[in-house]
Amino acid sequence: MSILGTRVVRTEDPRLLTAGAIYLEDLRLPELQGAAYATFVRSPMAHARITEIDVSAALAEPGVVAVLTARDLDDIPDQSGAAGAEPLLAVDVVRFAGEPVAIVLTEESYQGEDAAELVSVDYEELPAVIGVQQGLSDETLLFPGSDSNVVGKGGAESFDDAAFAGCEVVVERTIVNQRVAAAPLEVRAAAARWAEDRLTLWVSTQNVHGVRDQTAGRLGLDPGAVRVVAPDVGGGFGAKIGADRETIVVGWAARRLGRPVRWVETRNENLMGMSHGRAQRHTVTIGGSRDGRVAAYRLDIVQDCGAYIRLGTMLPNLTMLMAGGVYDLPRIETAYRAVLTNTTPIGAYRGAGRPEATAAIERAMDLFAAEIGMDPTEVRRVNFVAPDKFPFTTKTGATYDTGEYAKALDTVLEAAGYEELRAEQRRRRERGDPLQLGIGVSTYVEITGGGPEAGETARLSVHDDGTVTVWTGSSPHGQGHATAWAMLVQDELGIPMDRVTVRHGDTDVLKEGVGTFGSRSLQLGGTAVHNAAVEVKERARELAADEMEADPADLVLDVESGTWTVRGVPGQGVSWARLAERAGPDGLSADTKFATNQATFPFGAHVAVVEVDLETGRPRLVRHVTVDDAGPVLNPILAEGQRHGGIAQGAAQALYEEVAYDEYGNPVTATLMDYTFITAAELPSFELVAMETPTSANPLGVKGIGEAGTIGSTPAVQSAVVDALAHLGIRHIDMPATPERVWTAINEARTAQ
Amino acid sequence: MTITVNGEKTSHEVEDRTLLVHHLRDVVGLTATNIGCDTSTCGSCTVLVNGESVKSCTVLAAQVDGDEVETLEGLAGDGGEMDAVQNAFQQKHALQCGFCTPGMVMAATSLLRENPDPTEEQVRMALKGNLCRCTGYHNIVQAILSAAEGIR
Repeated sequence: MSILGTRVVRTEDPRLLTAGAIYLEDLRLPELQGAAYATFVRSPMAHARITEIDVSAALAEPGVVAVLTARDLDDIPDQSGAAGAEPLLAVDVVRFAGEPVAIVLTEESYQGEDAAELVSVDYEELPAVIGVQQGLSDETLLFPGSDSNVVGKGGAESFDDAAFAGCEVVVERTIVNQRVAAAPLEVRAAAARWAEDRLTLWVSTQNVHGVRDQTAGRLGLDPGAVRVVAPDVGGGFGAKIGADRETIVVGWAARRLGRPVRWVETRNENLMGMSHGRAQRHTVTIGGSRDGRVAAYRLDIVQDCGAYIRLGTMLPNLTMLMAGGVYDLPRIETAYRAVLTNTTPIGAYRGAGRPEATAAIERAMDLFAAEIGMDPTEVRRVNFVAPDKFPFTTKTGATYDTGEYAKALDTVLEAAGYEELRAEQRRRRERGDPLQLGIGVSTYVEITGGGPEAGETARLSVHDDGTVTVWTGSSPHGQGHATAWAMLVQDELGIPMDRVTVRHGDTDVLKEGVGTFGSRSLQLGGTAVHNAAVEVKERARELAADEMEADPADLVLDVESGTWTVRGVPGQGVSWARLAERAGPDGLSADTKFATNQATFPFGAHVAVVEVDLETGRPRLVRHVTVDDAGPVLNPILAEGQRHGGIAQGAAQALYEEVAYDEYGNPVTATLMDYTFITAAELPSFELVAMETPTSANPLGVKGIGEAGTIGSTPAVQSAVVDALAHLGIRHIDMPATPERVWTAINEARTAQ
Repeated sequence: MTITVNGEKTSHEVEDRTLLVHHLRDVVGLTATNIGCDTSTCGSCTVLVNGESVKSCTVLAAQVDGDEVETLEGLAGDGGEMDAVQNAFQQKHALQCGFCTPGMVMAATSLLRENPDPTEEQVRMALKGNLCRCTGYHNIVQAILSAAEGIR
């Protein structure tokens, strides 16, 4: 029986559960002996000119090895760039609170905190540009050499005035997809050592190869002169893609000092310095007929990039691509403007552009449904892309591979007991219950594993002791690759997974690779491993044929016992160990790269049930039921784990999380006491329903699952809060639906009545 | 100062301001206990001091002079076999990146010693001081309920 599809517990867990993982700060390598500790001096101001930096007091402190500023970066290529380009250390101007201005290097870590406070920086305050409205006004420019804070534009040049002509109903609304923090529990960290003109950089990252190339590029080195190693990584959620400026500065400082350097930021620095996510303002316009058919949809996006362009122009492009969601819409218009503001730069966060698209269209569908007085599930059903239309090319240019949208919705509604929930809602409304029930439904499709450079590498070697090593370019941070990849090997080669070792996260071992993000791992990295196993298997067939003096076509691999036999001669067999021995060192190995331009389009449907306390405005998520279809599931417990985590993060965006600044650009959510994580006490257990629609984009038929939970849950939970208050005439509440915001909406609705 | 960590007595001179978590990690050399925030919010640094769960980033090392400290590393048996809570965490897939895990396991251990028969609601409330960004807590709660069942 194939091991694929079975609930295999993780092989990586015993180590993590008994000794603890080895994260960056846990490294006790001899190469890092005598490392100096790095502490960054960060700007307390959102926008200011640096008039002077005096490091003398800091230098006089005990244990201080060096204090370096932008002025010291004279041995690397020119840093002055176009508007939006991010320097390594602030040059003359700081553009967000938390921007690194100097690096302090000390013998001991506690000394760094002391000395950093003594670095005296004189700032001449400039007006802070906070929020996209102010950014768009161009009254204050972040880069005075340019003529606008708008650093990216795309989609329609202008919208067609006639787009909604002939619609019986048109609804327009501006909604906010707020700025959130990725906030992995392991903050950013790096360590660096130079030896023989070569930099080794240990980084907590999702993609070692990307860090290698970017670091080499910024320091003016050949990529071969940089080795990047990721130890265990304590979460990333998109924000650990690529080399952050601090990481590169740590690598540079190690060269300057001639000794290793290690750095780990504080949570406070993490919430100010690590890329934030989302931060889009949407104006949605939706029009159609009273029978529920949508004729036209318009999505106007303003992306807050923060102070520098990280991924701030890529995200709205993905949002535009996925704007139409699961619907077969005759007309879609999209456009975006990306604008700089004096806030932390924006990067990828779980879903990166797709949750935003889903949130916009799902809210629009609900607004439209409310306007025509139709059940939100009915409006969706009327507009779904029908199953016989796949592959389906949308008006925004995405080609969906496979989908069963109505089936996903029906399945989740059945599992949730939708009719009974509506009946309960009616009963509570009729009796004027202070605890109202809200039911939110979302349906979604996302894009995973796509792009022109989509691909991943693997190497597989069978050793003469019968064990296997797999190297993967997909460097994980909690997704369970060690278990999943071993299952793929066992399935193909019949070598038990406890004899399979999976290695990753070292650019010297595997020179090429991409990483773990965008729900790409199984479909690209897993396929590369699968293909490597197939290749090794064919090589083994030849070797076994030689060994048994038989025709290769007659050789059969018994996957149960992991031995090769000649068809019809069951008694004799040859083992993998024997074949590897025969092949010689590395003789039974394969290097593969699986590349495809064909993205996959996982989809699903979520039902969220909330109770809203009319007296306090407090919403509480009481049930969450989902169908998340990512094709065949390799290991259900891993897939469910990804869904659980995603649901919680999405619900947290809907209900709690928001990175906020005051009018001067001071971050007011720069600790975990202010930035509201969701905890176990605010969540119910989740109800997951299985559904598997394969894709033809890869031989495993699999799609991505890492971001699905987040994409589906955010609009479902938001919509549930609004739905609880629909009888008061409330149609929309921006995220996060905090008690204060909900209470205000209730109060305003009651006053208006 | 002298403390007993996972049954072993250790004596060191410490700076007044050294936090227990740094002492455990950098001096005693046990790195399973993690630091995830600076405000005692996340619970990744949870250890047991004289059987009580504490956030070791809030406690000065000097404060626990003479005390018994338990960390994740002390839970498994001599042969490395996982205890009931650790085993349940693996069986229920209650960890992903593993960063919050040492704190979660210690918080769970503390809970189950005080209340071996918790309801789901009680487990959720007991975890309120421990943040996880990966699992959505679903499997952590299931693991603790399952460990409780095993212990009973």
